[in-house]
Amino acid sequence: MNMVDLIAQQPLLAALVALGGLAIVFGGILGFAAVKFRVEGDPIVERIDALLPQTQCGQCGYPGCRPYAEAIANGDIINKCPPGGQATINALADLLDVPAPELDGEAVEVKKVAFIREAECIGCTKCIQACPVDAILGAAKQMHTVIASECTGCDLCVEPCPVDCIEMRPVAQTLADWKWDVPAPLGERLKGLRSADLIATDRPRATTGKDRAA
Amino acid sequence: MRKIWDIPGGIHPPENKTQSLGQGIATLPLPDILILPLGQHAGAPAKPLVAVGDRVLKGQLLAEPGGFISAALHAPTSGTVSAIEDRAIPHPSGMSARCIVLLPDGNDEWCPHHGVADYRAASPVALLGLIRDAGIAGLGGAGFPSAVKLGPKQPIDTLIINGTECEPYITADDILMRERAADIVEGVAILAHILGNPATLLIGVEDNKPQAFEALEAAARGTAIEVVEFPTKYPSGGEKQLIQILTGKEVPSGKLPADLGIVCQNVGTTYAVQRAIVHGEPLISRVTTVTGRACGRNGNYEVPIGTPIRHLLAHNAFDAARCARLIMGGPMMGFALPDIDVPVVKTTNCILAGSHDEFPPAPPAQACIRCGLCAEACPASLLPQQLYWYAQSHNLERLEAHNLFDCIECGACAYVCPSNIPLVQYYRAAKGEIRQQDAEKKKADHARQRFEFHKARLERAEAEKAAKREARRLAAEEAQAKVAGDAIPASGPGSADDLIQAAMARAAARQSSPEQQQAKLERGLEAARNRLQVAEAKLAEGEGEGLDTEPLDRLRARVEEARVKLAEAERKLAEFTPATSPAPSATAARVVDKLQGAPRDQLERSITTLRERIATTEAKIAEASDETIAAALRNGLDKQRAKLRDAERQLADLGPADASPEQPAADAPTLDAAAQAIARAQAKAEAMAAMNPLEKLDAALEGLDQRIAKARDKVAAAEAEQSEHLDTLRAALDKLEAKRADTARQRAELAGQGAH
Repeated sequence: MNMVDLIAQQPLLAALVALGGLAIVFGGILGFAAVKFRVEGDPIVERIDALLPQTQCGQCGYPGCRPYAEAIANGDIINKCPPGGQATINALADLLDVPAPELDGEAVEVKKVAFIREAECIGCTKCIQACPVDAILGAAKQMHTVIASECTGCDLCVEPCPVDCIEMRPVAQTLADWKWDVPAPLGERLKGLRSADLIATDRPRATTGKDRAA
Repeated sequence: MRKIWDIPGGIHPPENKTQSLGQGIATLPLPDILILPLGQHAGAPAKPLVAVGDRVLKGQLLAEPGGFISAALHAPTSGTVSAIEDRAIPHPSGMSARCIVLLPDGNDEWCPHHGVADYRAASPVALLGLIRDAGIAGLGGAGFPSAVKLGPKQPIDTLIINGTECEPYITADDILMRERAADIVEGVAILAHILGNPATLLIGVEDNKPQAFEALEAAARGTAIEVVEFPTKYPSGGEKQLIQILTGKEVPSGKLPADLGIVCQNVGTTYAVQRAIVHGEPLISRVTTVTGRACGRNGNYEVPIGTPIRHLLAHNAFDAARCARLIMGGPMMGFALPDIDVPVVKTTNCILAGSHDEFPPAPPAQACIRCGLCAEACPASLLPQQLYWYAQSHNLERLEAHNLFDCIECGACAYVCPSNIPLVQYYRAAKGEIRQQDAEKKKADHARQRFEFHKARLERAEAEKAAKREARRLAAEEAQAKVAGDAIPASGPGSADDLIQAAMARAAARQSSPEQQQAKLERGLEAARNRLQVAEAKLAEGEGEGLDTEPLDRLRARVEEARVKLAEAERKLAEFTPATSPAPSATAARVVDKLQGAPRDQLERSITTLRERIATTEAKIAEASDETIAAALRNGLDKQRAKLRDAERQLADLGPADASPEQPAADAPTLDAAAQAIARAQAKAEAMAAMNPLEKLDAALEGLDQRIAKARDKVAAAEAEQSEHLDTLRAALDKLEAKRADTARQRAELAGQGAH
């Protein structure tokens, strides 16, 4: 009864107390949730990193794909990845919900892998130290060679070679990775058309779908 | 009569099957060359087992399966392997692949082979092995290795044999069913045995092949096999479509028929299985339809695998001028051949040489008008129009969401499209793009993993290096501390407790084990011996060279010094008896007593110790045989006596305690080293704490002066005695004087600084 009287007599105070109490309760819940459901790391960085081609080439100006992913998460522009090409930019733009800019630099048309001309290799191990994915095999004063299946084509090994015996060779297409070409876009397909090509009655002999089916 | 279901969509293109059914299965003369691609099937290419120049017999194994999903390859006739090289193969890409090239010798000589007498008595596993060894792959068109398909993990209750052959123009299965129905039925029985005798055995035939149906019906009479006829519609022959027609079950997206307990095999494959099990013949030939108006004669031929298409066409009056498109497979799902030198492979069911009026150039594709006919025609109930939009915009995610991979590429949608849009091309390209992206993603993940390993490796190497550096630094510090600690046990004004702790630790370290002590002494002896040898050698050398008197004297002094040291080391080792040496803790306890005891007690105790020592030394002098040792011992004895007198006098007047009762004794027993060091350090620390640097230097100078005076006395005495130690003593005196000069200079500098 006292309580009701107090609230009736001091509506402002009662409201303040009620709101303050709610604030404390929800603050506690939020604090608990922040600790209990804490997310380790930055998930957006993980997702950006997953879209990058992982060549670890450093052409973006960062030492690897993950640093660039972190930079993008912190607001860097998304068009610095030539190995990924426009497809990667589009995917990143989709993920980050920003307009897709043009690629900065030349797109990598053909996949390449490093190749060591083994007769010229002097076994200095400089390329081994440069390789970000440990795809070069060798030891000091022993001939080195590239494990082609592990090479990402970043060409970081080309520069350190003192005898210029490393070259980037395009990967030949095989039956395993062959795919059909996309048909030419509509505009090109319609180029140079005559009326007879489009209007059945203009043709000397009709070849509509029905006739074909007959 | 079995209930028949219907599939959604489907079309009815002109069949064009009659022209190739005019004759039965014919054979052709052997070609001059057979080209056998190593990858005729789905999965890994086969691995060649023969070398160039080998003569092989018909049916001989040429290449073994290159993996689990792979098939073997056999010689279709006897002859010589002329090359194993890259050749054009029948593939939409027009690319080359590794092939075994066989030049037939015309004898057609079989290698020894025999079938299984009673397949019912053989185990399914053994039969599966035979099928695998026979290199049988799905002859319907996909070329999936049959042994893999026939060995599912799931229990199978329905076996369906696909005799649908729904594509226009092709009649290879039709003619096979007409002519070899009995063999096919036997093949079905073998497959049923391998699959554990499923309850339902069905052969599905479209109703446009009545003769084939009747032949099968007759052959299957009296068996559990049911031959089912159903209305003709393209594409009923698709595996999933046929299952739906015959059982009403739809194979879920991403699942296999085996998940529903169903296995589906083509009639051609069934026949090949029968040949392999009953006759022991591997898959070396197949029935292929040659048709199209560009060929003067149409028909079905049993051709050896590897026969060049050119050979087939040449025997069918092919007119290249009339040919608009040369297709392998049917008009709906086949692909244009880039060149007529490619061979017939295991999946080649038809060679279609279409004339210009049969295959007019495709009318230009126009814009999609969203009529929806494609969705109506789709047998997989997809939305071809939506797929088309997404494929155009390369929206791969949406394509997958619209189940692009359930598209069987039958071409029904493109067939009905009023705008002539090549829809299937878009889907094929999009599928390729998605597969490529998946492969790249996999590669990227792999590269990421390797990059992270690389980073971790570098970090680990760096950490190891840092740890090594740290260890080296610590070791150096420790060594330094030890050197400093030996000279001044406690460098700062430490409390008595600290000193005791340090002393106990050091004593424990020094006397950790008698063996170690002994070893140390032995090492010292060894080193002293070496030094003596070196010094003697040098002296001999010097004498030989006839040097001046002065350097020679110095060398002699050195030899003498080394001799004394060696003698001392020998004595120490001789004295050392591990058993009698008191435990380190006892020594430490004594040290504690010494430090904590009252001045009188201390003095009394040190007097006792000194008396004991004097007694021991006297005994030793009596024992000593060597005159040098005896002299050294006597010297020590004098000092000990002096100390004893000193201590007794102190005890008498109970003078201040800080005057240390003990002076360093050159030959004090090793065991008391800790006690002496602590006492010395305490005295020194106390004295030092009270002094400024100048005073310290003064004190040092004073001490040095005293020592020099003593040394001079000794030298004089030695000269008087003509002692053999004269040189040693002189050298020591020189050293002391040099040191004094140095200290005096330091002091002068310090005083100069103070004046500033």
